[in-house]
Amino acid sequence: MSCLRADNLSLHFGGLKAVDSVSFAVEKGEILSIIGPNGAGKSSIFNLISRLYNPTSGSLYFEDQDITREPPHDIAKLGIARTFQNIELFENATVLNNLLVGRHRHSTTQLWQELLFLPNVRRDEKAHRRRVEQVIEFLDLEAHRDKLISGLPYGVRKVIELARALCTEPKLILLDEPSSGLNVEETDDMSFWIRDMKTELGITVLMVEHDMSLVNRVSDRVIALNYGKVLAMGAPAEVQAHPDVVAAYLGT
Amino acid sequence: MRFLFKTDYEDDIKLFPHRGYVISYGVLLACLVVAPFVLSSYIVSQLVFVCIYATVGVGLMILTGFTGQASLGHAAFLAIGAYTTAYLHKLGVPFPVYFLAAGLLAGVIGAMVGFPALRLQGIYLVIATIAFALIVEEIMARWESVTNGNEGMRVRPIQMFGDTIPRDGPIFYYLCLGLLILVIVGTLNLMRSPTGRAFIATRDSETAAKSMGVNVALYKVKSFALSAAITGLAGCLFAHKLSFISPEMFTLQLSIEFIMVIIIGGVLSLHGAVLGAIFIVMVDPFLTFLKDDIPGMVAGLAATFGAGAERAGHIQESVAAFASANGLKGAIYGLIIMLFILFEPYGLYGRWLKIKLFFQLFPLYKRATFKRQKIYVKSERNR
Repeated sequence: MSCLRADNLSLHFGGLKAVDSVSFAVEKGEILSIIGPNGAGKSSIFNLISRLYNPTSGSLYFEDQDITREPPHDIAKLGIARTFQNIELFENATVLNNLLVGRHRHSTTQLWQELLFLPNVRRDEKAHRRRVEQVIEFLDLEAHRDKLISGLPYGVRKVIELARALCTEPKLILLDEPSSGLNVEETDDMSFWIRDMKTELGITVLMVEHDMSLVNRVSDRVIALNYGKVLAMGAPAEVQAHPDVVAAYLGT
Repeated sequence: MRFLFKTDYEDDIKLFPHRGYVISYGVLLACLVVAPFVLSSYIVSQLVFVCIYATVGVGLMILTGFTGQASLGHAAFLAIGAYTTAYLHKLGVPFPVYFLAAGLLAGVIGAMVGFPALRLQGIYLVIATIAFALIVEEIMARWESVTNGNEGMRVRPIQMFGDTIPRDGPIFYYLCLGLLILVIVGTLNLMRSPTGRAFIATRDSETAAKSMGVNVALYKVKSFALSAAITGLAGCLFAHKLSFISPEMFTLQLSIEFIMVIIIGGVLSLHGAVLGAIFIVMVDPFLTFLKDDIPGMVAGLAATFGAGAERAGHIQESVAAFASANGLKGAIYGLIIMLFILFEPYGLYGRWLKIKLFFQLFPLYKRATFKRQKIYVKSERNR
């Protein structure tokens, strides 16, 4: 049973075929990278999986369950978390509150219980906090706990977004360009974390990335896209040597 | 400066981070409790209005400040609470029942407004809420069998335990204060629980909120309902305080006053709702002062600078005409909002935080601490 499967997935904006009958499967416990030139349809695939877009045709299966028509907020409940290319954090909240929103899918308390802050709400809050603290430790965010996002530098925000996704305790995590805007050192850290997510936390990773050295270091398999179509699929070295991929990047 | 050493997750959850808060809020509460026995009845009456406005302010803060959904229709929710009160009171329903009914009805209608509002954002939502307020105003004027139309309704004082609670007495003041405190504590509780965080997530990035599993539509409706319910409860006490209600009391002007409460107070904090309410309630006496005393003062000033009696009288007349001109109140409101948005977007509470920090850091305060930075708009935001 694969973790996530896309069958002939298509997304058309009028005549533009952003994603054109793409089929692939993400196996449980692997790190799969999607590469391709700008406008190849990589982020569109992510937005299809997290159901921000409706596919024109085709279907998506998560652990053999059809999720093609699930509402976006139920995707997180199934265990799929994501980060964004242009960082979508809750700017006017503290780091801690941002991470606690990641715990939202695990909250069970009712509005009236929260208004009175009954003991079960307090108990839940502490349990959530304990989980958040584990993620903070995993990603070395101790120094930033109580700071507002709006005052933090880009590199840290990137890590916080990853942390927020991890707080949902996902089975599958979608990373949209995890290294964009990071310096060499931060990219190194990121690659270690991505590896650790797979080995220590057992999370399946699907990522879009432009940095080939990062792709080579972490991925088990690579999919190359161009103009919404799959060019090649396989081990990183294989895909990069594929004539179509070379042509897409360098021209013929 | 005080450094808090946190040793337990409880330290991040509790309402009072350290003993200083307990002491200062305790002193404030004690002052408010003895107020009706020390202060003149006029000031206590103003305090009652502060409590009511602040309650509405907290309600609006939940919706606009925390969930990011602007509303210019809160006068309508207040009206729904007030008319429910007037009508049920006339039928002889006891106070606790119609008090809760006022909140419940406003809340249900708030949820109903919330549903169509799901598809609207920013200025469009504002227009939709104005439309809702106008509809409610029209219904109040036309549904004469219930609301008595434009003639308005008398609201007799609250009857409880066989006693009458006069609207000027200390007990009524305690009722208003009690409601405000309950609403504030409830909101604080909410904001430290998953629902409150979902509100904030909805405000700051709907896309991210969705992908974290927040049902954005549901939380917007919840926020509308809660905000409206709180406003409805305030409406009940508002009706009793005024003792007479009619449709022209619940116009757009009142909704704008409520928005001003949260903008002037500071839109990200509950302190703002209370500070803004104090400010708004004080504007009216100030305008009266402007009307009654300023013309004489200006004329006197002119006389001391050598203006003749006739000329001074003329100046006094024209200043008086200016001060009592129609629409002056609206103009002053507009000016105040503009000045706050330009120079102090975090409102009175933001100013208070700056002053506090100045004394905490003295003599190390840097003038550029709160210098606003340019924030670059993100390019490809998902909506």
